[in-house]
Amino acid sequence: MARPIPVKLIEDTARELTARAAIDIPPDYREGVRRARDTEQNKLARFVLTEMLANWELATAERRPMCADTGLPRYYVRVGNEAAIEGGFVALERALRRATAEATATIPLRPNRVHPLTRVDHNNNVGMHAPEVTYAFEPGGDFIDLTTVHKGGLFGSDYRMLFPSDGIGGIKRFFIDTLVEFGRRGLACQPAIVGVGIGGSKDTCVRLGKEAACLRVVGSRNPDPAIAKLEEELTRLGNYIGIGAMGFAGSSLVVATHIEVAYSHTGGMPIAMHSFCLSSRRATARIRPDGLVEFRTDPQWFTDYYRREGTE
Amino acid sequence: MTARAIERLDDVAMDEVRLTTPVGEADLARLKLGDVVYLDGFVYTAREGVYRKVVEQGQGLPASVTRLTNVNFHCSPAATVRPDGAYVVEAVTATASFRFGRSMARWFECSGAKVIVGKAGLTELAYREWFVPHGAVYLTTVGYGLGAAYGKCITGVREVHWLEELGIAQALWVLEVERLGPFLVEGDREGRSLFALANREINRRLDEVYHGLPKYAMSRFGESTPRDEIV
Repeated sequence: MARPIPVKLIEDTARELTARAAIDIPPDYREGVRRARDTEQNKLARFVLTEMLANWELATAERRPMCADTGLPRYYVRVGNEAAIEGGFVALERALRRATAEATATIPLRPNRVHPLTRVDHNNNVGMHAPEVTYAFEPGGDFIDLTTVHKGGLFGSDYRMLFPSDGIGGIKRFFIDTLVEFGRRGLACQPAIVGVGIGGSKDTCVRLGKEAACLRVVGSRNPDPAIAKLEEELTRLGNYIGIGAMGFAGSSLVVATHIEVAYSHTGGMPIAMHSFCLSSRRATARIRPDGLVEFRTDPQWFTDYYRREGTE
Repeated sequence: MTARAIERLDDVAMDEVRLTTPVGEADLARLKLGDVVYLDGFVYTAREGVYRKVVEQGQGLPASVTRLTNVNFHCSPAATVRPDGAYVVEAVTATASFRFGRSMARWFECSGAKVIVGKAGLTELAYREWFVPHGAVYLTTVGYGLGAAYGKCITGVREVHWLEELGIAQALWVLEVERLGPFLVEGDREGRSLFALANREINRRLDEVYHGLPKYAMSRFGESTPRDEIV
């Protein structure tokens, strides 16, 4: 049995990740927005993006949250097959909940999480199924990769059951429908990293779309060349619609499109879409049993193993 | 020079305007669509929780608030109450304003607000029916998500109301601000909307964008979304 990863180290790291995610915009996305600003012809949309770039600089310089809607804090945990955790996974989940509650007060984050019917707010972003913790595993390795994502928002996501006969044309129609519906008036807080999940069962489809938006960096490509080509095509199509930042007529709607696929029911082609917004908050750390913690902004969530097709 | 000349987004001058709260009649009247506005003085946050108390339950806004300012910010801050009772607000970002549509007429009567700051605005119909009769204008936040930039302009928390009852996010925070902005004039005194202008320009290209794409194999029940206005 490998040496266990100290649970206090997990809690301390989760707290630090929460602060980094809330305050520091990831550089891959920031540079994508800078490129969108430089090509944007509409003066209102350009103004918006220039102000956003300044806002991110200020947030980092003054250690303030970049956006006061600090989203819904959640965690993705990728566990090396040889990793052990002091106290087990129950202790890890407790550490993540405690870190969320404490960081909510110290950064501070907005206590966004409420009971959906009574609207009761514990003022700490913790509650039933909150924060969410999603797990994946990796062969070899005695580390855990801990990623936090604070995705904002009520707008920019949708799901639809398409059918094989809808084809690529149907995928494009759904893509445009969703971008236009939420891009007008800037409800999706674009330009966004758009994640598209295709296939799987319904929950897998929605989950993959979200992970594609939140856990892949701008500039990454799906390893399947045909899918990578579709990613580029959809990005071009999205920016051709004529909607810019804040819904002003323009070209700054999509910074990148990331597609992930899962094997689906033979009769269907479900599709889901998510927009990671102008506050694309994510931060990752690899935690090792010897106490070493390495911070990074690329979650490296989609590994060959994660996308495996065969029985092994 | 007159707002009437603004018929396309390109006509917007984006003139910079600095206003002191409470914002007076003359200042409100000269705001043009797309002007870039900064505020000095006081603004108060009020969203669903406060609207429910005031509009549905008929509780008045505290007089100390209405005396101080006529600017209502549709937002809640990233704030905390320190153990010593001190309030800390590091960032503010607006919430989408369409959700308050039906409440706005009654809200203006109860609150005396003349300026609404929020996200994404309301429809031109909403402005004409609910804002124009009360002489109110709508300023949209920029981004969206200038949380840190707006947060830096908050120089103090003057009062907090209904904190225990409504929680940090929904409570009424009275914020002292210095050059809080930029905001854009989205709804003017005559009920015109900057977003409506933008949407009309966007709609003109949509047929071409969809050209050649097949209809869905199966429609959703009751599927129809008009292109003219959705919020």
